[in-house]
Amino acid sequence: MFLQGYLPSIMEGTILTLQVAVSALLVSVVLGLIGAMFKMSPSKPLAWLAEVYSTVVRGVPDLVWMLLLFFGVQMLINELFAQMGWEAPEINSFFAGVMTIGFIFGAYMTETFRGAIMAVPKGQMEAGLAYGMSPLRVFLRITFPQMVRFALPSFSNNWLVLVKSTALVSVIGLNDVMYRADTAKSITQEPFTVYAVVGCIFLAITSVSDLALKRLEKRYSTGVRETEL
Amino acid sequence: MIDLNLIIERFPAFLGGTDGAPIMSTSDGLQLTLELLGLSLAFGLLLAVPMALMLVSRNKWVARPVWLYTYVFRGTPLLVQLFIIYYGLSQFDWVRDSWAWEYLREAYVCAILAFTLNTAAYTTEILAGQIRNTHYGEIEAAKAMGMGKWLMMRRIVIPSALRRALPAYSNEVVMMMQSTSIAGLVTLADLTGVARRVFSDTYMPFEPFLTVAGIYLVMTFALVWLFKKAEQRWLAYLAPRKH
Repeated sequence: MFLQGYLPSIMEGTILTLQVAVSALLVSVVLGLIGAMFKMSPSKPLAWLAEVYSTVVRGVPDLVWMLLLFFGVQMLINELFAQMGWEAPEINSFFAGVMTIGFIFGAYMTETFRGAIMAVPKGQMEAGLAYGMSPLRVFLRITFPQMVRFALPSFSNNWLVLVKSTALVSVIGLNDVMYRADTAKSITQEPFTVYAVVGCIFLAITSVSDLALKRLEKRYSTGVRETEL
Repeated sequence: MIDLNLIIERFPAFLGGTDGAPIMSTSDGLQLTLELLGLSLAFGLLLAVPMALMLVSRNKWVARPVWLYTYVFRGTPLLVQLFIIYYGLSQFDWVRDSWAWEYLREAYVCAILAFTLNTAAYTTEILAGQIRNTHYGEIEAAKAMGMGKWLMMRRIVIPSALRRALPAYSNEVVMMMQSTSIAGLVTLADLTGVARRVFSDTYMPFEPFLTVAGIYLVMTFALVWLFKKAEQRWLAYLAPRKH
């Protein structure tokens, strides 16, 4: 039998990996939008905070962030609860993985969204305000729909890098596809086959995402003339 | 609450040369990280130049294999590539019986091989993109001077594409520097590997991980600065006019 019946286990791990990746994407989009708004806000401290976030996070490897946040936050919680005299809870590794990856890619999304928002002509927002819309409504109805087109290429790239970074979450004890592959590898004694299957799974995810995002880009660029060479 | 003494005491170990019993390589810590980065970037660039030329070739039998190579290596995680080479190759008896097994069983060699193949794929795409972007005037001028295809490639197209690739390549180098941190997952004691050892010795997370985070951050800034200098030197002719 192929891989001694370990394929279903690897597929289950794949589903978990996808769940982590998609949830982390949502977190990163929220953080990225907040970061972009802070970066462009007239308030100096907020702009500075966002600048530090996006620079420091992008300057340190994902793996180091995962180790630092996972073990560091766990220790802080342990100490805090010890001081109160309570028993400390163990951090859920799914939650920890999602938050860590979301936190890292929020920094990349900050840059993506900042560039995209700046590409929307200022007069559009001014017109919205002149119509008496609230700033939030201007963002939702005017800025956001127009910035998507500018944000998509870099957003797609961030998503593809994020999916590949998700392969690292097994170091913080998540039962993901890499963790399952590790078990399968030891039992079946077929390490090449196991990791080749995992590689194909990732290739399938990135290929499908790439196609879908290309179509989305096309849709959001309707009515925009392409440069012809 | 942060134990500064631990950081100061272990700092030589982070820089390399005191801990971790290196195999094949003579170093660990920061030294090993820089060694892995330097060697894989050098080999990767050497592979990428001919592959970029193949990728832009009009002959599809030349271009397709390179396209497939970059597609596979850019579409899968580096960690999976590293595990396929480090764990996977032992599955085949013919690999284990060959002369190369002496080297391929070493994590150090596997890491350099995986990092080289990975960065070569990204660099090939960057270079091919710049070769395609070569201004047609430069090619016409070369042809008018009577240059043959290879002379034109060597003297005009490749040097110009390499220069124009600098901004994108600087991103790739920074990404690669950060990617070397996974070398610790195949037993190597690189910067992150040393930090993990200090953590498992002391069970103090902040001291080791914050220290290496700081070192990586400094390296990122240093690389960005170096490439800025390189661009000022080799891309000066494309800079916007100041007067």
